[in-house]
Amino acid sequence: MGRRTALFDLHRTLGARSVDFGGWDMPLHYGSQVAEHNAVRRAAGVFDVSHMGVVDVDGARSRAFLEQLLANDVAKLTAPGRALYGCMLNEAGGIIDDLLVYRLEASAFRIVVNAGRREADLAWIRGHAAQFGVSVVEREDLAMLAVQGPEARALTAKLLVPEHAQAALALAPFHARPIGEWYVSRTGYTGEDGFEVMLPAGGAADLFEALRAAGAAPCGLGARDTLRLEAGLNLYGNDMDEQTDPFESALGWTVALQPVTRRFIGRDALEAIQRRGSARKLVGLLLVDRGGVLRRHQTVIAPGAGEGEITSGGFSPTLERSIAFARVPAATGTEVEVDVRGRALRARVVKPPFVRHGQPLVS
Amino acid sequence: MSNVPAELEYTDAHEWIRRLPDGTAEVGITDHAQHALGDIVYVELPDVGRTLSAGEACAVVESVKSASDVYAPVSGEVIARNAALETAPEAINQDPYGAGWMLRVRLAPGGGDAKTLSAAAYLDLLSKESD
Repeated sequence: MGRRTALFDLHRTLGARSVDFGGWDMPLHYGSQVAEHNAVRRAAGVFDVSHMGVVDVDGARSRAFLEQLLANDVAKLTAPGRALYGCMLNEAGGIIDDLLVYRLEASAFRIVVNAGRREADLAWIRGHAAQFGVSVVEREDLAMLAVQGPEARALTAKLLVPEHAQAALALAPFHARPIGEWYVSRTGYTGEDGFEVMLPAGGAADLFEALRAAGAAPCGLGARDTLRLEAGLNLYGNDMDEQTDPFESALGWTVALQPVTRRFIGRDALEAIQRRGSARKLVGLLLVDRGGVLRRHQTVIAPGAGEGEITSGGFSPTLERSIAFARVPAATGTEVEVDVRGRALRARVVKPPFVRHGQPLVS
Repeated sequence: MSNVPAELEYTDAHEWIRRLPDGTAEVGITDHAQHALGDIVYVELPDVGRTLSAGEACAVVESVKSASDVYAPVSGEVIARNAALETAPEAINQDPYGAGWMLRVRLAPGGGDAKTLSAAAYLDLLSKESD
């Protein structure tokens, strides 16, 4: 039996089918994964994402610490309330985890990490924090809900007193602020607008129910996976891990090589990789032929370039076609074939995202 | 609880068989199977005219979760397949014993059956699986 969030009993009451995810017993869906996916694209859905790890870093030298720890530059967080996506690398440039970092105050930051990486991340963070004299506290007292979809923000604001509602609705993308007992962030993992709300775990079930009553469909990890795939967002463990670097994971944009004076962990390795060029790249695939569904670990044949592998794949409810991410040779062109249960099906190489704000971006 | 119509026969691989008076049978997957698979997004059916032996993999059902083989529950020749599933595979989720039928088979002489289960025996199997 896996670990459980504060909402476990509620999920069960709502008829969730459970799945193990990163050691956590989480809802896969509450009846139909496709219906949940469509609810988020067209209206609003609410996800329990309390399995994710929340780590607060506090101390006079916390900024200097994170400038060394992360491949993206927390100096971009010029004021409290800003959020930044990036990778934490090992010395070889391999990705230990991808994460969001928030600036809470001048010298206090909050990091949100993947559920399955909590222990590895904490060990790594604590190991490097000591020399900076900063405190590292895992906030196991908090739960986190993601409310996503075109109606998500308005629907969440309805639950708040007017001044709080106004403050929430005023948040710009990738901004966050405390609102009452909540920490509200205009971020997500679906390609839709919405909020992620961190709050004391004891209040999470009431909020989930209030959001449901306001019209948000309860959504499981199944819909979360197809939404993020359509949105072109990587999943740690599938699309990247400690054996892959950001450049071959379509995450080069999250690596801040300027200023050159910032000696973050993994920098030397990344500079060497950049000089010689990456042998592989992560691309999007759109299945052209009928005949199946693209899935993780299927072999990709890139004519004249070699072979690659699908890292995440599935059926896109919005496009009503199969889509995937694949790690392929750098010289891969625009057409490939994928071995789907013994048959070579044609797929087109595209640049993710496939869907954003409800609209298909590929055809 | 899964819907298990009393008038059908079943297999331990979660297919159902509806025997018709003219010596043919309709075949599909059970309500339990469609529920376990989740939303079905692609179905691959054998060609009409193919001869099936009971127990052989004859169709593929792909859901949002995974690809699963469907095994022929009886031996015989495929005389019809549900072409509507090509564009509306979700019919299997919505109506597994009706609009979600997959094949119609002319039974081989002697029935050519694999071991089929009565509705009561299949219900018993499901209750054991959920323990």
